[in-house]
Amino acid sequence: MRVPSTRRLRALRKAVLGVVGLTGFLVVWQLIPTLGLINPSYLPYVTDVLARLFEQLVDLAFWRRLGGTMTSWAIGLTVATIGAVVLGTVVGLVPFLRRATHTMVEFLRPIPSVALIPLAVLMFGIQRQAALVIIIYASFWQVFVQVIYGVADVDAVARDTARGFGLTRREQLTHLVLPTTLPYLMTGLRLAAAVALILAITAEMVIGNPGLGRMIELSRSAGDAAGLYALVVVTGLLGLTVNIAFRFIERRVLSWHQSVRGEEPL
Amino acid sequence: MPDRSTLLRVEHLRKVYESPTGDVEAIGDISFTMDAGELVCIVGPSGCGKTTLLKCLAGLLRPTSGVVEMDGAPVTGPSPAMAVVFQEYGRSLYPWLTVRGNVELPLRHKQLTRAARNKLVVDALEAVGLAHAARSHPWQLSGGMQQRVAIARAVAYQPDILIMDEPFAAVDAQTRADLEDLVRELHASRTISVVFVTHDIDESVYLGQRVLVLSTSPTWVQEDLAIDLPPERDQITTRALPRFTELRTHVYDQIQRAKRGQAVAPRSAR
Amino acid sequence: MTAYTERIAATARSRTVGSRIAASLVYPLGLPTLLLVLWGLVATRGTSKFFPDPLTIAEAFRETWVGPAFVEDVLPSLARLGLGVAGSIVLGIAAGTVIGLTHWLRELLEPLLEFLRAIPPPVLIPVAMLLLGITDTMKVVVIVSGAVWPILLNTIEGVRGTDSVMKETAESFRVSWWERLWFLVLPAASPRIMAGVRQALSVALILMVISEMFASSSGLGYRIAYFQRNYLIAEMWSGILLLGLVGVFLAVAFGLVERRVLRWYHGIREVNRA
Repeated sequence: MRVPSTRRLRALRKAVLGVVGLTGFLVVWQLIPTLGLINPSYLPYVTDVLARLFEQLVDLAFWRRLGGTMTSWAIGLTVATIGAVVLGTVVGLVPFLRRATHTMVEFLRPIPSVALIPLAVLMFGIQRQAALVIIIYASFWQVFVQVIYGVADVDAVARDTARGFGLTRREQLTHLVLPTTLPYLMTGLRLAAAVALILAITAEMVIGNPGLGRMIELSRSAGDAAGLYALVVVTGLLGLTVNIAFRFIERRVLSWHQSVRGEEPL
Repeated sequence: MPDRSTLLRVEHLRKVYESPTGDVEAIGDISFTMDAGELVCIVGPSGCGKTTLLKCLAGLLRPTSGVVEMDGAPVTGPSPAMAVVFQEYGRSLYPWLTVRGNVELPLRHKQLTRAARNKLVVDALEAVGLAHAARSHPWQLSGGMQQRVAIARAVAYQPDILIMDEPFAAVDAQTRADLEDLVRELHASRTISVVFVTHDIDESVYLGQRVLVLSTSPTWVQEDLAIDLPPERDQITTRALPRFTELRTHVYDQIQRAKRGQAVAPRSAR
Repeated sequence: MTAYTERIAATARSRTVGSRIAASLVYPLGLPTLLLVLWGLVATRGTSKFFPDPLTIAEAFRETWVGPAFVEDVLPSLARLGLGVAGSIVLGIAAGTVIGLTHWLRELLEPLLEFLRAIPPPVLIPVAMLLLGITDTMKVVVIVSGAVWPILLNTIEGVRGTDSVMKETAESFRVSWWERLWFLVLPAASPRIMAGVRQALSVALILMVISEMFASSSGLGYRIAYFQRNYLIAEMWSGILLLGLVGVFLAVAFGLVERRVLRWYHGIREVNRA
């Protein structure tokens, strides 16, 4: 009987400490403007920010903007993933293509996607497509590179065996390449989801297509500090949700996998 | 023969692990003494708390009750007079340091001149036959050579007592024989006392001047056996001696009895 | 006679060397060259004014960035980037080590850090503008506050994961606290720390560009946005190209440093693979 109680006690301690940490952060935040360390019009009271946050949550316009951001995110992520999986598999499987594209990839991948914002604006103005260009470019590489790693990871012996048993190309793909690549793909997808969200919001801030990012920029230029901070908290919660959701999906999809892979350190 | 003063004294040592799944009594009641300059082997069935005992000796674990005394002073933490060679050489050597760096690391906090420190390192590496590999990294060496590095590190530390925890369990038979002879040679030439923990009966008889046979957990000392083989030992001739066979059979029987739980605990243990 | 044969041998040697060099150049440079030529053809034939041909871009690159603009726009940008990255590394490793080594502190801060990390870094720019105004300090602070997270969290994980036998070894040899930090804890965490630094570099570059597009009157990001607003298409492209080059340069420089710092780590992986 002592087993669960000790373990539960430890989990409880962890939870309590975590809550204490969060509360402490909020208290310090509240104290800074209260003690006059920073002018409240630059760093508003937590209470004001939280009040604004709840106001937003019952405002339909807020949800429409959130919907706009998440729509860009979802479209961008889907297009980038499909493109990266198809191209990554082809390039990964054909040694000639892998060698030929290597430098191209090594040059294009480190280009910061935000450098393309001016180009996107020229081409599409302040429409959603402009934001999609940025989102897709950034998240594409996350998935693409992982898929190439994954396809390259297919065991040579297993591949020879498959060929020896006369598996067709299609069978090889579903029984050999897909299972090996899946863990890599899930890692890429999780990274891409986070990156896509960052760029969806960034694009709205800089380009001005409707969504949370534009709302943030508007709050800033209107000098509405409480509104600005409330939106920053919203984006944080959104990022947290995306992280947790994709970690959950990753674990579910890979539950069959013998070693649900730990994070590759490199 | 070196002087016969008592170096290590263990009295009524007991260790209980508190874990979420209930308390586990790893060591019941262990008492023994060891003289300076001795080479004592400790054998026992697997899971009998050998490693726990060794960590208590080395000051890495605090016993639940009982005393460990070194030179008459109680051991409360790792002592500068002790050096440990761990079983997992791959995890006890630091892969980012060279062989030389690994041997040198424990000497850094000792107040030594650069030249003196250097001399200790070179000397220790020569003693284990690895002077040529000083600039390599441990992972570039074979398992046996890595364990030699760990021994060199312990020797350079200039301890009075060397504590070895199944050091050769993970190397092949030929390397193992070489390393056993290395330990005997270091023991003889450097007058270091050695506590050698092993699960290998032949190894314990071949190496030791004394063999302590441990019982199953909760552990006590089931037998304290003097090994009356000649001090000059050789892998082939010593192991072929009738007396060697007798001793190993005796230790083997003791361990089998321990496993079956037939051995009777000394009265002090209960 | 001997001179003759020697010459033949020399030409034969140089031919094989030459062909090997040619072969090793075809793969890395073939596709980029092909794409550039294709781009050139499409751009000169086509009507799209947004895609000038590569030669025009190269010309604009030289005119725009070689000269005073390099000192006025590029260097300040790179300085802010460098300061921001250095700040993130120092802060991330220092705080990460303390948090990673202190059990209760880690439990106290874990949910908070998890939340702070999830905030998309660019939304910190308006906040920093509010708190610090449009200054260089603001930009460096923005870069640090976005780039520090991957380093901090990776350091915490790395420090926490120090091998137990390695720790016992240090303890048994009475290795001092500082020596343990320097020779055990930090090297053991270094593969994870470097992975964090790699992520931090790309975040830092993005934040440098955005913060300049947003609130600046100099710098690479500002220039590119300026060119776009004034329809200086070739110049804008040259700016994108320059940012790309900065990105590639950072990646290459990081790769070199990483190879050196983690030589042991890659060595072990190679030994294990063999």
